[in-house]
Amino acid sequence: MSSGPRPVAMTMLDKIWAQHSILERADGQTLLYVDRHLIHDGYAPAFEFLQARQLRPRSPQQTFGTPDHYVPTDGRIVERIASAERRDMVKSLVENANDYGITLFELSDRRQGIVHVIGPEQGISQPGMTIVCADSHTSTHGALGALAFGVGMTQATQVLATQTLWQRKPKSMRISVEGELGFGVTAKDIILAIIRKIGPAGAVGHVIEYAGSTIRGLSMEGRLTICNMSIEAGARAGMIAPDETTYAYVKGRNYAPAEGEAWDRAVANWSRITTDPDAVFDREVTLDAGEIAPMVTWGTSLEDVAPIDGNVPDPEAAATVERRDGMSKALAYMGLSPGTPLAEISVDRVFIGSCTNGRIEDLRSAAAVVKGRSVHPGVEAWVVPGSGLVKEQAEAEGLDGIFLEAGFQWREAGCSLCLGTNGETVAAGARCASTSNRNFVGRQGRGARTHLMSPSMAAAAAVTGRLTDVRQLQTGE
Amino acid sequence: MTVEPFETFRAPALPFAGINVDTDQILPARFLSKPRAGGFGQYLFHDLRFDENGVEREGFVLNQPGYRKTRILVGEENFACGSSRENAVWAIADYGYRVVVASSFGDIFFSNSLKNGLLPVVLPAEATTALIATLSREPGAMIEVDLEAQTLTSPEGVVYSFDIDPFSKHCLLKGIDELDYTLSQMDRIDEFERRRAESQGLSA
Repeated sequence: MSSGPRPVAMTMLDKIWAQHSILERADGQTLLYVDRHLIHDGYAPAFEFLQARQLRPRSPQQTFGTPDHYVPTDGRIVERIASAERRDMVKSLVENANDYGITLFELSDRRQGIVHVIGPEQGISQPGMTIVCADSHTSTHGALGALAFGVGMTQATQVLATQTLWQRKPKSMRISVEGELGFGVTAKDIILAIIRKIGPAGAVGHVIEYAGSTIRGLSMEGRLTICNMSIEAGARAGMIAPDETTYAYVKGRNYAPAEGEAWDRAVANWSRITTDPDAVFDREVTLDAGEIAPMVTWGTSLEDVAPIDGNVPDPEAAATVERRDGMSKALAYMGLSPGTPLAEISVDRVFIGSCTNGRIEDLRSAAAVVKGRSVHPGVEAWVVPGSGLVKEQAEAEGLDGIFLEAGFQWREAGCSLCLGTNGETVAAGARCASTSNRNFVGRQGRGARTHLMSPSMAAAAAVTGRLTDVRQLQTGE
Repeated sequence: MTVEPFETFRAPALPFAGINVDTDQILPARFLSKPRAGGFGQYLFHDLRFDENGVEREGFVLNQPGYRKTRILVGEENFACGSSRENAVWAIADYGYRVVVASSFGDIFFSNSLKNGLLPVVLPAEATTALIATLSREPGAMIEVDLEAQTLTSPEGVVYSFDIDPFSKHCLLKGIDELDYTLSQMDRIDEFERRRAESQGLSA
């Protein structure tokens, strides 16, 4: 690399893009090199396509797999998965990984977990990398200062075969969050507030770089939560500049560069990928952290979100006819009436987990609310740790005891109730306080009603039996 | 992944009103473990199309006589947002659609469509609103799509132009699979990988 002056100030996206650009096609699409390919138990079609073409994975050493979508969270034995279809999905991953020499964290491995939890946890995901996976929440890994995004199965097949992907360079968007967060407000509330501001299509065609003092002040786990839901704002990816928080998180992890010379060289490379001070973004958005309250969703789209101290809104007050119709449909599905205080809505189920909020800090913040309290009668509350190692850590800290004593179910790692592909679902008409990422119609099960919120807010809902402003249960410190 | 060449055609179109239609609505997650070979058209819009007993819902647009054989789908803003599931494209394509029109698409769906011979057409919101109004008034009304000329003609004869990447257009017109082209570039990929390893000090 030359040390001459840069002709143009570059964003982090520009730099990572340039470092991975192999060639450009006449139509402006770039062939991007993929550093890490994360695969899961939904990959059976990709391997079938590959085999139909008589191809093999080109770079198995850059491919890492774990079953998460189809695994049960009440046991760890593949053969006991009741549905043959789901069992075959898990077995296909195991067989293909074994056949091709792909590193696999099997169901019986304590390192198994949700693919977006274990990538960072194992040090597989690192700053400056391009990371892809056939799952839209791959944006999670951008929290480490990587360009990480979800792809479809056909694209995943090309990545398996060539370790590359055709992409048109997205536009850049910086979302700056400045100031101090209020008491009881978490990373989940920040990203819900961002989506409320820009809308579920607000970042279509863009990669978001989250910046500002509030973002810099977040732990790595909080940053992972924010980047995870970039797709819910329509973004191609989300990213956060690597800094000391990032390096401290990555250092010493299984697949991270070894301490010593390799580590120092890596940090030197990583520190150069951050956005230049005078770089220009295609779009800039700013938020004041002090104005963000604990948030909950009340409808079936991510724009249907409000502070917990508000009421169910009235469709008649909507700005457009389309929005009015959308809100009316959402309220009918959710079984809610305009004007009802959000904090009066009772819940039947609570789900604490997912790639959004299934990490150790999430479980700690939920346990802090649950401690000394009991799950409200009639509420079924689950904790599904994001990985086997998160579960182990929580158990070492005694969090499992707090949850179990309160009446929660303490389960094994997987995607579980976020989307129900493993058969664990919420019943039609039942209402679930959930730390996951999508409140779509039928997302947690046919007819299921989802309210998204932070882990501490979900914990509060579990003990009171209704949506609750967690600040009323917290004492502050 | 063989793709049928895309020829200019005229077909009845489905008006699908509503913004932010997510891929969970297009194909519910519980069908994701179904084999590709079985086809996904039967599951398209499943929970909107069928009630809890598997009986068709009369009020749903696709169940109405004039729309059952539609081959072009007209949606609105942020169509097919959410999950990356390519099964959503397979469901639409397997049902028989060759074109999806919207004022904007979920990014991953857009890209998945092109790779399955399903043409995603972006038109201004005023155009999709007008098309949906016409198609709702006149079930079975025809739209014509000329990919070569990059035009879409409404039932009333209004001609809209649309953009598409020249490469994607070429692949769709000829039924070419992008992977073949990428495989022809393996030398470039190998060379890039060597240079990258060197610049990062990963090899001697």
